[in-house]
Amino acid sequence: MEFFERFAVPHPSFAIYASMVGIALTSLAIVVGLTYFKKWGYLWREWITTVDHKRIGIMYILAALIMLLRGLVDAVMLRAQLAIPDNTILDSQHYNEVFSAHGVIMIMFMAMPFLFGLMNIVTPLQIGARDVAFPRLNAISFWLFFMGAMLFNIAFVVGGAPDAGWTSYFPLASEEFSPSVGTNYYMMSLQLSGLGTLMTGINFLTTIFRMRAPGLKLMQLPMFTWAMLVTNVLIIAVFPLFAVALAFGAMDRMFGTQFFTIGNGGMDMMWANLFWVWGHPEVYILILPAFGIYSEIISTFARRNLYGYKSMVASMVAITILSLVVWAHHFYTMGQGVLANSIFSIATMAIAVPTGIKIFNWLATLRKGKIEFTTPMLWSLAFIPTFLIGGVTGVMLAMASADFQYHNTMFLVAHFHYTIIPGVVYAFIAGLIYWWPKMFGFMLNEKIGKVSFWLVAIFFNVTFFPMFITGLDGQARRMYTYSEETGFGPLNLIASIGAIGLALGFIVLAYNIYWSTRYMPRNIGSDPWNARSLEWSIPSPVPVYNFATLPHVKSSQAFWDAKTKGHNLFPDKVEEIHMPNNSGVPFIMCVIFFIGAFSLIFDMIPLAIASLIGVFACMAYRSFEANHDHGYHIHVKEIEETEERLRGANK
Amino acid sequence: MKMKWTLLALIFAVATALTGCENPLAVFDPKGPQAATLSDTIILTIWIMLAICVVVTVAFIYMLVKYRASKQSKDYEPPHIEGSAVVETIWTAIPIIIVAFLSIVTVVSLKDVEATPKGYENKEPLVIYASSSNWKWHFSYPEENIETVNYVYVPTDRPLEFKLYSYGPISSFWIPQLGGQKYAMADMVTTLHLLADEPGEMWGRNSNFSGKGSAHQLFDVQAVSPAEFEEWVEEAKAKSEPLTEEKFDELLKTEHVGRQTFIGTHLEFSPAPEGSHNMDDMENKEDMEDMEDMNHDMDHK
Repeated sequence: MEFFERFAVPHPSFAIYASMVGIALTSLAIVVGLTYFKKWGYLWREWITTVDHKRIGIMYILAALIMLLRGLVDAVMLRAQLAIPDNTILDSQHYNEVFSAHGVIMIMFMAMPFLFGLMNIVTPLQIGARDVAFPRLNAISFWLFFMGAMLFNIAFVVGGAPDAGWTSYFPLASEEFSPSVGTNYYMMSLQLSGLGTLMTGINFLTTIFRMRAPGLKLMQLPMFTWAMLVTNVLIIAVFPLFAVALAFGAMDRMFGTQFFTIGNGGMDMMWANLFWVWGHPEVYILILPAFGIYSEIISTFARRNLYGYKSMVASMVAITILSLVVWAHHFYTMGQGVLANSIFSIATMAIAVPTGIKIFNWLATLRKGKIEFTTPMLWSLAFIPTFLIGGVTGVMLAMASADFQYHNTMFLVAHFHYTIIPGVVYAFIAGLIYWWPKMFGFMLNEKIGKVSFWLVAIFFNVTFFPMFITGLDGQARRMYTYSEETGFGPLNLIASIGAIGLALGFIVLAYNIYWSTRYMPRNIGSDPWNARSLEWSIPSPVPVYNFATLPHVKSSQAFWDAKTKGHNLFPDKVEEIHMPNNSGVPFIMCVIFFIGAFSLIFDMIPLAIASLIGVFACMAYRSFEANHDHGYHIHVKEIEETEERLRGANK
Repeated sequence: MKMKWTLLALIFAVATALTGCENPLAVFDPKGPQAATLSDTIILTIWIMLAICVVVTVAFIYMLVKYRASKQSKDYEPPHIEGSAVVETIWTAIPIIIVAFLSIVTVVSLKDVEATPKGYENKEPLVIYASSSNWKWHFSYPEENIETVNYVYVPTDRPLEFKLYSYGPISSFWIPQLGGQKYAMADMVTTLHLLADEPGEMWGRNSNFSGKGSAHQLFDVQAVSPAEFEEWVEEAKAKSEPLTEEKFDELLKTEHVGRQTFIGTHLEFSPAPEGSHNMDDMENKEDMEDMEDMNHDMDHK
């Protein structure tokens, strides 16, 4: 019995027990459903073992949407607790666990996979490639992310959730002040998914550098692919550092090392520094792809080429470099002195310059355009004024002196939601709606889409604007309660009402996916938006080999020029296509990774060692398998038939 | 586009509310020169940011209204425009000028708030050690030889030097009406310069999340005239018990307590971790001993 006690939740409540039952019933329903409809084989052959970048992308997005739901439920719980003074819906410990989970899940397990989903699906298509550089590595990346996400998500029902915030500052996150296994979960689950992220970075950078279609130069890449290029450079630059920081943190907790402890030469602020040296570029890893998405969508629906292509690229490169040298603005209050704070202040404010250039370029793209207000365009347009508020408050926060009054307050919370939600979430939703027909061969309903857009766009401001004001009145962030005398009550109530509207908007979005899957017409053609880049030149949904023959590219909007100037994109004759085989090894290896991480969390060392051996066995297996696994060929006749069928049905 | 106008109206309403005097927000209700500097800086930047928002939003709405498809003829073909070196240089230069101006504002105000307030350099500062423990604030007055918990008395018109450190997680010491905040950490002492130029009662808190009880880690600040301050010190000495090491250890272990007052300070038996804030200083032998003392105390806890 003693062995099993460690898996008990240290601070249980009705909601947690209800969740246990809910999780058990859902899992049971999935197993029964798969068995009843005889879908186990389909699931294994078509999805779990797949190395196709499009399917991996779809799995990433599906996971991201589920995590969005979880993060949203957490957010609603937080707002419910703060709605009125001295509220008792959540106690302190639960509130701390919920906001920690909200942050980690939204950043690491919602935004990141959403980004990787779109990156997987769109990047190879935009550069005219048949797959990514390392298809099997891509599968390992996905399953590592997935196992990391699942590991983090079971924490609150098995052993206890992390309670030290998404930043997990030491010494609060140390064994001494956070004794449950929660922070172990944090360290291990982020380690797993971070490893996957690093592999993705290497994989896609190689893909963009080495697998572009004939004639496609770097300075002709669509802006989304350019964004992916700089994003992957950033990933490769900072994720190794995060892996090291997490390893130090995990060792402090599990093996008694003294990297971040108080006393014995440990340095607590070292964690904060390491965390933000990774963490600040991380927010640009999220926002740069969003800038790429907006560039594609605004140019498409303004019916114009993107204004200032070169300065768009230059500004992204500038942001990439600057993002690496501003981390200390997260703790001006550490007391590092006037000189250091001044340098970091100026570097941080400097980011406003390239960001401003991008905003002006988008405005100039709208100028002399023929603007159509489709749903992806609405999301992209709403981004501009809303993100502007996030941006200018960012400049205010960048000023170290003034930051002494904003730091740790709701003003900061309002600021980063004003950047991340319009900047990242709007972009990913816009991208999802925009590329949805390419993924699935039908469009999402525009009317329902507009309802969800207006709900989110309006209630977002209702939720987060009041926080600027309560922050300036002294409401500190991450505090589970406040008294009535503070006077924070009315504005917090408004924010909480806004959160309900915001949640409703996302529910309508989910309903749109359901409705459109059932009722939207399937004969939409390959180019439903009248768009400009290569992915719209091939059938929707995209056949497994992507391009029957490789495109020949001459400009930055190859497909548009093919349509309007009559360039022949596909002059080559169809030839046999060589494709990689599916494999179950990535999935199995990552399951073993999961078991290993889980056993480390609960201090079950023998099982962890056995798992490590298992992981190496999988790698060894692959190195022998590679000798006889040569992939397979799709024959000319089959390609011609597929193209005939897909294009014939479309037009 | 109703939303944008609503938003704009909202911004104006808020700006008016922020700068109005009816019931000012804590940050805009300074009771000392440091807080006043920050309040002025913040209000200045709010106006600049508001101007930027208005200009960009107006340009944005103009584009949307003028170039929407429904207003244009069916055969209008938007032109292909690569960009313009002149125009792009202009809208790169303007943000650079704004950022340069704000950089100067930042550095100047930063120097001001990180030093003894201007005009008070000749006055001897009052040194108060403020240490955080889960979830309380201990205020030690080494000169007056008294110590308080969860409340602090300060004389007006005399520079205050708060020496901050923590017996546990990182905390942030913040009295918004007197000035900005600063971290209190376990392995070093940070200094916060404040000054109250009018008497009154204020609140202060730990604004940094530090676990289960941090929402309640608040303290009262009472700014009184120098004469009243002397009276208060005398009264505290007359009415209080001495602070012993046992008493202090017990206090560290108690999560929440009310206001308390003691004769003597804990600095005598549990000194602040001064001078051991980086590895270079660690080479200094005395500092090593300080560190060991501190660890010893931590073990006690």
